[in-house]
Amino acid sequence: MLKKRIIVCLDVKDGRTTKGVKFLDNVDIGDPVVMAEEYYRQGVDELVFYDIMASARDRGPTLDLIRRVAETIHIPFCVGGGISTVEDIRNTILAGAEKVSLNSPAVRNPKLLTEGAAIFGNQCIVLGMDAKKDPGMPSGYRIYVNGGRVATDLDALEWAIRAERLGAGEIVLNSIDADGTRDGYELTITKMISENVGIPVVASGGAGKPAHMAEVLGPGKADAALIASMVHSGDYTIGSIKADLAARGIPVRR
Amino acid sequence: MDYNAGNIRSVELALLSLGVEYRISKNPKDLEGSDRLIFPGVGEAKFAMQELRKTGFDAFLKDWAAADKPLLGVCLGSQIIFDHSEEGDTACLGLIPGRIRKFPENFRGIGLKVPHMGWNDIAYANGGSPLFDGVPEGRDFYFVHSYYIDPADPKAISATADYGFPVPCAIKRGNLEAVQFHPEKSSLAGLRLLSNFCGKSWGGPAC
Repeated sequence: MLKKRIIVCLDVKDGRTTKGVKFLDNVDIGDPVVMAEEYYRQGVDELVFYDIMASARDRGPTLDLIRRVAETIHIPFCVGGGISTVEDIRNTILAGAEKVSLNSPAVRNPKLLTEGAAIFGNQCIVLGMDAKKDPGMPSGYRIYVNGGRVATDLDALEWAIRAERLGAGEIVLNSIDADGTRDGYELTITKMISENVGIPVVASGGAGKPAHMAEVLGPGKADAALIASMVHSGDYTIGSIKADLAARGIPVRR
Repeated sequence: MDYNAGNIRSVELALLSLGVEYRISKNPKDLEGSDRLIFPGVGEAKFAMQELRKTGFDAFLKDWAAADKPLLGVCLGSQIIFDHSEEGDTACLGLIPGRIRKFPENFRGIGLKVPHMGWNDIAYANGGSPLFDGVPEGRDFYFVHSYYIDPADPKAISATADYGFPVPCAIKRGNLEAVQFHPEKSSLAGLRLLSNFCGKSWGGPAC
C-alpha cells in the first residue's frame, strides 16, 4: 500500500538552513547539503527546500545548491522560493529537483501552474499555500503571500480547488497560525482541503511530536506530513518518528 | 537517451554514484555500440512521442528491442514502449503489446489520490526478475504517475504495487525491462536495481 510520507523542510537563506517561528527570527542551523544527506541516511521520504528570502527579494532559485543536493541524495526533493517563470521551473528541474513549489508567484500569475504542468507534467508542479484563520472567508481561512507577510483576497479552499484545475499535482498546505509553534498541525483546514481535491496534500506547520503527525495523517487526511523543528532540534530522528507512527498504525516506509 | 522529455540528470547522478560507465546523447548514433540502454521519461506521452520521432530515437528503440538488447524503461519510458496510451490518445512505440490507461475516476470517491505519488511496496509476479536481485519483496519504491500499464500478456508482469488494485509496476520480456517507479529516486533499493541492470556488483549495504 501507499505509505504516508515524512518530508523534512529546510528553509534556506543565503545558502544556509534557518529556522524561525511564525516566519520571523530566523536562526542559522547548518549547511543544507550536509543536513539533507543526514536525513537521507536516516530514511526521510522526501525533502523540501525553501529559499525563504527569494520571493521577497525577487531573486531566482539557488541552482548550485540544488545541484549539490541532487548529487548527494537519491530520493525526491522539491524546491520553492523565487520560482516565478517557466524558465525558473525548467532550470530547477534540470538541476536535479523532482518538483517545484509555487506559492506567491502562482497567486500573482495562476497561468504559471498551467504552463508548468503542460511542459513538465503536473506531478512536478506543487502549489504552496500559506493559510491563516479568518472567519470572514467562506472556508474560514485566507491565503497570504510573500512568506506570510501580505494578505490576499483568496479563500484557501477555493484557491486549492482552482489550483488543481489549473495544473497543480500536489498541495503543500502551511498553516501560518501553527507554523513553528510545535503545538500540532491545523487539522480543520488540512482535512477540508484534502477531502475536496483529488491530488495529494502535504500538511505543514505545527509539528512538535509524532502524535501530531499521526493526527494529521490519520483524521487530518493528509497524504504527507512536513516537519522541520522536530528533527532540526535533534529531539527526534526520522527513524524514531517512523517507529512511533508505525506503532500508531500509520503506514510508513521503513 | 536524451530526447528532451527525461529526467536525465537524476538517472545520471544515480549512475555516477554507482560508478557505472555511461554516455548520454541526443543523437541515437552516439549510443550505438552501448551494451545497455536506459529509456527515462517524465511528462506527457504525446509530447514524448513527438520528441522521440524528432530525434530519431523511435526507430533506434524499435531496432534495439527487435535485437533483444538490454533495455530499461523508466516511468514514462515504461509506458510508451506499449502500443497505445490514453494520455492524449497517443499511438506509442509498440515494442510490447498492451495499453496505458488512466486511473479510474472513482478513485477520488474512495480516497485514492491521482497521481499515485509516493512510496509503495512491490510484490513479485511470475517469478519476478533478476533486475530485483538483492531487493527483498515488500521494499518500497518511489512512484509518480496518473496512468498505468495494462500489458496484453499478464505473464510479462514481474512486479505489482497495490493502489486500488494490483497495479503492474515492473515488466519483463526477454531483455526488455520496464519499471513504472523511479529507481533513481528510490534510495538504496532503487540504486540496487540500477546496479543490477548495469551488471555491476553491488558494493553498498543490504536493502
